[in-house]
Amino acid sequence: MPIPVKSLKAQQHQFANPAYQLEVLQHAGTEEGDFPHFGAKLQEHQLYPLQPTGTTILQVNVGKMCNQTCRHCHVDAGPDRKEIMTRATMQLCLDALAKSPQLTTVDLTGGAPEMNPDFRWFVEQLSGMGRQVIVRCNLTIILANPKYHDLPEFFKKHQVQVVSSLPYFSASRTDAQRGDGVFEKSIKALQMLNVVGYGQEGGGLELNLVYNPSGAFLPASQRSLEAEFKRRLLGAYGVVFNSLFCITNLPISRYLDYLIESGNYSSYMEKLVTAFNPEAAANVMCRNTISVGWDGALYDCDFNQMLELKVQPGTPQHIRDFDLGQLDQREIVLNQHCYGCTAGAGSSCGGSTT
Amino acid sequence: MENTYYNPADLKKFGNITELQPEMGRKFFDYYGEVFKEGALTEREKALIALAVSHAVQCPYCIDSYTSDCLEKGADENQMMEAVHVAAAIKGGAALVHGVQMMNKIKDLTM
Repeated sequence: MPIPVKSLKAQQHQFANPAYQLEVLQHAGTEEGDFPHFGAKLQEHQLYPLQPTGTTILQVNVGKMCNQTCRHCHVDAGPDRKEIMTRATMQLCLDALAKSPQLTTVDLTGGAPEMNPDFRWFVEQLSGMGRQVIVRCNLTIILANPKYHDLPEFFKKHQVQVVSSLPYFSASRTDAQRGDGVFEKSIKALQMLNVVGYGQEGGGLELNLVYNPSGAFLPASQRSLEAEFKRRLLGAYGVVFNSLFCITNLPISRYLDYLIESGNYSSYMEKLVTAFNPEAAANVMCRNTISVGWDGALYDCDFNQMLELKVQPGTPQHIRDFDLGQLDQREIVLNQHCYGCTAGAGSSCGGSTT
Repeated sequence: MENTYYNPADLKKFGNITELQPEMGRKFFDYYGEVFKEGALTEREKALIALAVSHAVQCPYCIDSYTSDCLEKGADENQMMEAVHVAAAIKGGAALVHGVQMMNKIKDLTM
């Protein structure tokens, strides 16, 4: 299947509608019936209601614009998405951080966060506040335009931790998920990051890669795959990196569309439900992260954000009203897609959770 | 009985074999689980071996299982197809090497 160049939203596709996605997720099941609600599953393990354990990460989605239209993208990002965080909303994030010293890490995501015109200003402010900044860089953005060629130096200057998707160490599997030519450009970008010192063991400039399956299957063991990635990327391209994060694809947005189109939806959901791991459930990322949308709305995670499931009513709904004390008392909003974070070794933006 | 000998839905019922002989079934599955744990060979290497053997024994359930398992263990398509070729080479070789037996017999029977 060729990768569409337009977002689901631009195609006016039914899966661009979060309410429709939730409707489909509610009725996932096999011949034996629907799967148990995720909340009920947590209840079986005394984990319901799910609450934060202490929030330390503010994940900020600075916009849905991206130079790629990856087949699995849960954001439905792409060049045609115009939702972008303004500098005024970024300032509200900075204000929230200033009154919340517990938030030691700011995780910037998108789309391609670097395409936000105020991206560099935001990183400078965050770095000036002494917060650890993570940028989820898709790698190809570094080569997309001469104005981005100095990003590795910029990242280095602000000691940014770079986290980049590379679904496989071969072009065929990577390009099938992320678009033609993405693998070659990603390797070139990784080499540019290595040149300025990223990914060297003990060098202090952290470069982590993200593996997520290019298809309807669960990820491999992080430890084993990391060793294989390191061997292959060093041997073939001279590329080094620090850690590999294995992430499970969650059944929403474009990946949900792929599952349905390919006839894998029920079997994939069954895999996720069967592989439910209470230990992974206890360590899900929404217990230590709050997600901010491009318009400043607050969510339990980036996936809930894309499903427009805001944090529990009665707690602050927007970054302008941010109150970590109140938010840390909230009940996390759950739905059937949450099975993706609790399958097998668990999955989070930082990889496996067990 | 089904109208076909193989039904994909039967694969996930494999565990039901313990219903008629619990003790042997349980011992088999314990052993099976132990075999596929990482040891001197990685889980990925074991999955590739299992994939090759699945083709050699031509078991559609096993091919279904170990294709998924190889992908989940991080094997790539080239490794998987090479594993199938190893199976094919051994199967083909096993047939051909008996050609020597045939040649011996020809020698016995002919002038």
